Amino acid sequence: MRRTLLEGLLHRPLSEPPPALDAAELEAVAQAVGVAARARLGRSLSIREIDAGSCNGCELEIVALNNAFYDLERFGLRFVASPRHADVLLVTGPVTHNMRAALLRTWEATPDPKWVVAVGACAHDGGEFAGSYACERGVGAVLPVDLFIPGCPPTPVDLLKGLLGLLKLSAPR
Amino acid sequence: MPIFPELRTAVRVETQNPWPRFLVDIASWRLAGAELAAGRWTLLGLWGEADTVHMAVLRGQNEAIGVLSLPCADRRFPALGARHTPAIRLERAAQDLFGLVAEGLPDARPWLDHGAWGVRAPLGRAEPVAEAAAPYPFLPAEGGALHQVAVGPVHAGIIEPGHFRFHADGETVVRLEERFGYTHKGTEALMRGADLARAARLAGRVSGDSTVAFTLAFARAAEAALGLAPPPRAVWLRALMAELERLANHLGDVGAICNDASFAIMNAHCAVLRERVLRAAAVAFGHRLMMDRVAVGGVATDLDATGAAAITAVVAAVRQRFPRLVELYDNTASLQDRVVGTGRLDPALARQFGCGGFVGRASGRDFDARRWPGYPPYGDLRFDVPVRAEGDVNARVWIRIGEIEASLGLIEQLLAGLPAGELRAPAAFGAEAEGVALVEGFRGDILAWVRLNADGTVARCHLRDPSWFHWPVLEAAVDGNIVADFPLCNKSFNCAYSGHDL
Repeated sequence: MRRTLLEGLLHRPLSEPPPALDAAELEAVAQAVGVAARARLGRSLSIREIDAGSCNGCELEIVALNNAFYDLERFGLRFVASPRHADVLLVTGPVTHNMRAALLRTWEATPDPKWVVAVGACAHDGGEFAGSYACERGVGAVLPVDLFIPGCPPTPVDLLKGLLGLLKLSAPR
Repeated sequence: MPIFPELRTAVRVETQNPWPRFLVDIASWRLAGAELAAGRWTLLGLWGEADTVHMAVLRGQNEAIGVLSLPCADRRFPALGARHTPAIRLERAAQDLFGLVAEGLPDARPWLDHGAWGVRAPLGRAEPVAEAAAPYPFLPAEGGALHQVAVGPVHAGIIEPGHFRFHADGETVVRLEERFGYTHKGTEALMRGADLARAARLAGRVSGDSTVAFTLAFARAAEAALGLAPPPRAVWLRALMAELERLANHLGDVGAICNDASFAIMNAHCAVLRERVLRAAAVAFGHRLMMDRVAVGGVATDLDATGAAAITAVVAAVRQRFPRLVELYDNTASLQDRVVGTGRLDPALARQFGCGGFVGRASGRDFDARRWPGYPPYGDLRFDVPVRAEGDVNARVWIRIGEIEASLGLIEQLLAGLPAGELRAPAAFGAEAEGVALVEGFRGDILAWVRLNADGTVARCHLRDPSWFHWPVLEAAVDGNIVADFPLCNKSFNCAYSGHDL
């Protein structure tokens, strides 16, 4: 235990510099989020993750954001346990009919102002599950979506780019 | 001697490979139920079609596998669940999806159908109905000062949705009841009519953490149906991906279990190792989770020298770092206090439910589909399958630690012996055919059953996640533990929600 702790203190941190956002990406986020959001988002965001019927692939990569390489909290982004503490709802999955009510109730429990980020191909338009009797065609069919992060699943770097784009927009100019 | 001498009146279906399928009458179906209830057979799966119900069984101690099919034109069949508890949820699901009626089922509540689909029996007659979420009566608990705790479907962590209803006496759980179906996506309906590539993509999204194992199970079943032999290099690359997937999941979960006992340092270090494995997978196969890399007839991606070097490096890194973390786990008294004796699964229950994977092997059930019935290339490789009898959280952690070591050894052997050659064998279609496969995912054995049309599209496919036989026994394992230890117990099982709900 002592050796492991000591090594942790002496070695360089594993955390990597944030991914560079190119102008096109930033522009895409800006358009998606809109002017009103820019004014209201602080430098810190509380995120509530909701699995609305994903295969759990997106969850694996979202969890990875907390590991030492990505270390999400250094950017002021953190996952919270309740929608009542959240600014951003990070929603995965095509939205199964069986999760629709729970998703809506979670959204209603989130105080304004709030933003919805749809994560992954399923959350975009249902992905491979589009057309199923058991699914909606993505988060947009149920909630107003502010930002979409593509991928199946998006890599942690993809996720970071999307979330950092949100933060960067709100930085003072 | 016939492989299933008990089934005297059964008619063998000649189109299924590699294990036999029998058309049985009600008497033989009941006889099978009696064999299951007596513990001489183990239930591997139960699924429906519009007018037939099927079960897959394992006879005796690894003697034979077979599928029994009972035609039920009136859509009624005698419930196995009346005498064999592990069948209950499978039969409830078959009722919901196919409109079949399991007569005498002790629990007739719907399971996957929450009244939100706008259709009844979507894989059967698919009758449109008004959406009506009926109240779901949870099982009662009676006694002095009991209270209920309702958890989910939206959980506090970043995990999948499901509902847990606890009855507690003070801190002690007196009854846990699960309710699932929230992630039901209608995957088996989407499979019908799909070509092999699309069906393989769907199989790879049954449970994202087991995408390699599920695609492999589907591919092996389809290959059995088509009489297709993937080239040796593809067979070895598939095993390499499967072991990387097992390694990544076990590394992540060992850390996450300790995190649920508030021992965060293990989680931090294990998460770093897991991330290194996923990065190596991305270099080697072009995708961190290796989604869509297994294909029917072979693999979709080759491994080059750079990829092999990345995997070799990550194996060395885990070999160097992980033993010290194991020592830390073993020598931290406060952590041991939480995990030893917690969430004990009785070996008799593990046997009755046919629990696969680390859940079964931590409770004395020595079964691993890689070893028996076995599939290539594992016959050419050496690996240990750890088994313990205590059945607590600690035992499940130690089984995973043992499996991490076994997978590291397998990955080294696979890299060293990787044959050269083709990556994929072309499929030839021509007649209706059926195939079945059992593949060892990180959670346990995954059953895949597929019937292909003559044009090579899928007529019907059923994929059974190991969690079908883990979730019910978690309810029993939690009994008598404190509510605060539930996350610890739950994580030590780490059952799939999406894999179960399909």
